[in-house]
Amino acid sequence: MTHDINVYILIASAVTLALKILPLVLIRGEIKNVMIKSFLHYVPYVTLAVMTFPAMIYATQSEISGVLALIAGLFAAWFGGSMFQVALLCCAVVFIAELFI
Amino acid sequence: MTNENRQALMQGFRDGTPIGLGYFVVAFSLGIIAKTIGLTPLQGFVLSLLNNASAGEFAAFSVISADSPYFEMVLITLIANARYVLMSAVLSQKFSPDTPLYHRIFVGFDVTDEIFGISVARNGRWLNPFYNYGAMLAALPGWSIGTALGIIMGNILPEAVVSALSVALYGMFLVVIIPKAKQDKIIGGAVIISFLASYLAQTFFPEISAGNRTIILTVLIAGAAAIIYPVKEKTT
Repeated sequence: MTHDINVYILIASAVTLALKILPLVLIRGEIKNVMIKSFLHYVPYVTLAVMTFPAMIYATQSEISGVLALIAGLFAAWFGGSMFQVALLCCAVVFIAELFI
Repeated sequence: MTNENRQALMQGFRDGTPIGLGYFVVAFSLGIIAKTIGLTPLQGFVLSLLNNASAGEFAAFSVISADSPYFEMVLITLIANARYVLMSAVLSQKFSPDTPLYHRIFVGFDVTDEIFGISVARNGRWLNPFYNYGAMLAALPGWSIGTALGIIMGNILPEAVVSALSVALYGMFLVVIIPKAKQDKIIGGAVIISFLASYLAQTFFPEISAGNRTIILTVLIAGAAAIIYPVKEKTT
């Protein structure tokens, strides 16, 4: 470890807070640039999708339980489950599946 | 405090309570990951208090664990949290022009997917900042204390429980992605392509770090989507 964790935390926090606060403070009119607007529109879903798969199936002790949790989570989210419900369901699926693996 | 502000504060706290409870569970699992890369409970608490961003903090952990250069932390935080720019921009339109600057700063301090969601769902032309403060009072302790407790208690939990909790965060991500993918065909297509591309990249280019993979694929896929399917009308 050649880098300081506290510096990492400081950098991440400064960048995050700038992203969250600056638009609220600086922008009074509507964003007009279609390219910027469109790119930002797609970014959250692409980023989260890339981070979720395949990482989710490698996060658990067994890939099988990870796959089952992913399928359960996909279904529950599709049918309107809340964050809390889906997070809990995924955990439960892994816990139960690993009792049998 | 005026009656109106107090009322908004109470309503925000009420709507924020289930969010705070959900945050606690997810932050606990985030703390378990933080523990494995060497964060102390205080570091986890501070990071979560100042960032309150599951994907962003998760991405930050990948940078810390890889001991990557500092500029990579800047890049990955920018990418992972880019959506807050859009949310903050949307919220900037929801406050009346005479709202004092400090209210805009404090509201911006805790823009999250969930608080953004309940804020824009409020009725009325203008948003009362005290509504956001109420939601923050419930959400921030759940998130920051949850992270610290995950770091403290993560290793005293049985391995089976840790394994189970490790998917909570991904479950939360699915709730952000899937309902939107169901409702919008282009986002749905982008999500499927993202899943496939991420899987292929990890399989065939395992030497590329998770953080870099996220940056590269996000810019490519979201960029291509923006060029091919520019968003014309107001979407949020």
